[in-house]
Amino acid sequence: MSLTEDDVKKIAYLSRLQITEQAIPEYVENLSSIFDLVDQMNAVDTSHVETMAHPLHMIQRLREDVVTESNQRDIFQRHAPETEAGLYLVPKVIE
Amino acid sequence: MEWEVVIGLEIHTQLATKSKIFSGASTTYGAEPNTQACAIDLGMPGVLPVLNKDVVNMAVCFGLAIDAEIAPYSVFARKNYFYPDLPKGYQISQFELPIVGLGHIFIEQEDGSKKRIGITRAHLEEDAGKSLHEDFHGKTGIDLNRAGTPLLEIVSEPDMRSTAEAVAYMKKIHSLVRYLGISDGNMQEGSFRCDANISLRPKGQEELGTRTELKNINSFRFIEKAINYEIERQMDILETGGVITQETRLYDANKNETRPMRSKEEANDYRYFPDPDLLPVEITDECKEKIRQSLPELPDAKQQRFVNEYQLSDSDANALTLNKETANYYETVTKKIKDPKLSANWILGEVSAYLNKENKSITTAPIQAEMLAGILQRIKDNTISGKIAKEVFDAMWKGEGNTADAIIDKKGLKQITDNSAIEGIVDTIITDNPNEVAAYQGGKKKLFGFFVGQVMKASKGKANPAQVNALLKQKLD
Repeated sequence: MSLTEDDVKKIAYLSRLQITEQAIPEYVENLSSIFDLVDQMNAVDTSHVETMAHPLHMIQRLREDVVTESNQRDIFQRHAPETEAGLYLVPKVIE
Repeated sequence: MEWEVVIGLEIHTQLATKSKIFSGASTTYGAEPNTQACAIDLGMPGVLPVLNKDVVNMAVCFGLAIDAEIAPYSVFARKNYFYPDLPKGYQISQFELPIVGLGHIFIEQEDGSKKRIGITRAHLEEDAGKSLHEDFHGKTGIDLNRAGTPLLEIVSEPDMRSTAEAVAYMKKIHSLVRYLGISDGNMQEGSFRCDANISLRPKGQEELGTRTELKNINSFRFIEKAINYEIERQMDILETGGVITQETRLYDANKNETRPMRSKEEANDYRYFPDPDLLPVEITDECKEKIRQSLPELPDAKQQRFVNEYQLSDSDANALTLNKETANYYETVTKKIKDPKLSANWILGEVSAYLNKENKSITTAPIQAEMLAGILQRIKDNTISGKIAKEVFDAMWKGEGNTADAIIDKKGLKQITDNSAIEGIVDTIITDNPNEVAAYQGGKKKLFGFFVGQVMKASKGKANPAQVNALLKQKLD
């Protein structure tokens, strides 16, 4: 196993996923097999291959700096659980 | 023990585009909440970011101005974290291969010499939204208008050794982005803000001490106070044998103190990786050259030109070129009156004193360049003295007239240059003060100033001072 239970707990925390204690061993096993595959790939000598940031050999097309969007707040806010004075309301977060 | 202060700054400057970095939503400040947040800014499923061309050009423009390496090939990355004002759950930023690499600027030190400050990198990223914590019955309100606004994050080397240097650096970058026209630099609106990394080490030690990071400082005055406070705080801890905790702190301007942000349960782990929605950006030499050709005259070059062309001192030239508007104002006045020293003295004297007093910028000054030139012209042609000119200036500033001539007329301030008129006043003063005349002629030569003062007072300051002096000398000696 390349991952420990603590690794899984940490990944779950970073992803804000709530997983039960009983489910952890299964995650350890499944995620580890992915890591094992990565290890297998890492074993290949790639020193002669240039690093890619993207699988497509293409360059980013750029957009002209023009405003093309109009105000659609009402449509978007229809999907929000709670809004007030044009704001999206969420549980209190304060640092 | 003697401590050395080490400061590095990260400056976030908002780029002056019409639309956002990855969407066609408007970036206008102050709109109704969420009216400028489109599906892309909201992180709706299925949307794709498309990079704004001007954002790339502006970053290249900055890179060229600081003599940096421009990456021929640059990559956007996802910085992952959860916060409600970041709807996608990640911020699109740059990690490896930022658009602008190692560069530098020079800052003016107190003794007039220049110091080189390295700039590690500058990268593009999107801003997050705004959280409002008040008045929502225990909830937080989210406004995503700012989400997706283009930012250039400028990261300095830890090259600054004092608060003064840090402030000078921040001002220089502020001046530079405004000269380049890539940011409005409006600090009240958050278009220009700064994080400061501060540490102390015993003087002579190579290794850096543990640093703290001060977050989100948005004024030159606050950065000075915040860094000073933090230096004192760290010094107190180190002097008493304590250790500095590496942490992020917030500066509270009301209390003038820094305090730790609530410590996160776990250290940040942003898990950067290249954003698969965005292809790498290519910047060709041709594109770079085109931008280089379009660069305006930069502060350092302008300062040097002011020294050569107008024979100004380094410090005057520096003060006049700190921002583009002041430099333009100066050149307009100087071209009109053809007296570089006189206009420099007035702009750095009266004009900046009045601006400071009223916390105004030169663009909103009630006396514009042509109006000041009008006043100075009347000094030069002897219509008024320098002292009366200050009176005219004050009246004009207060809106009592739009031209120097109108104010001089209205207030009857025209200088008296008629020799016989001045002679009349001089004679009266001599007759009225026989004791002083006797004392003066008996050797108390210091009394000469008394006579000048009396004559000027009697003429309400309007007598030509040179003529007054000559006449008094002639009659008393």
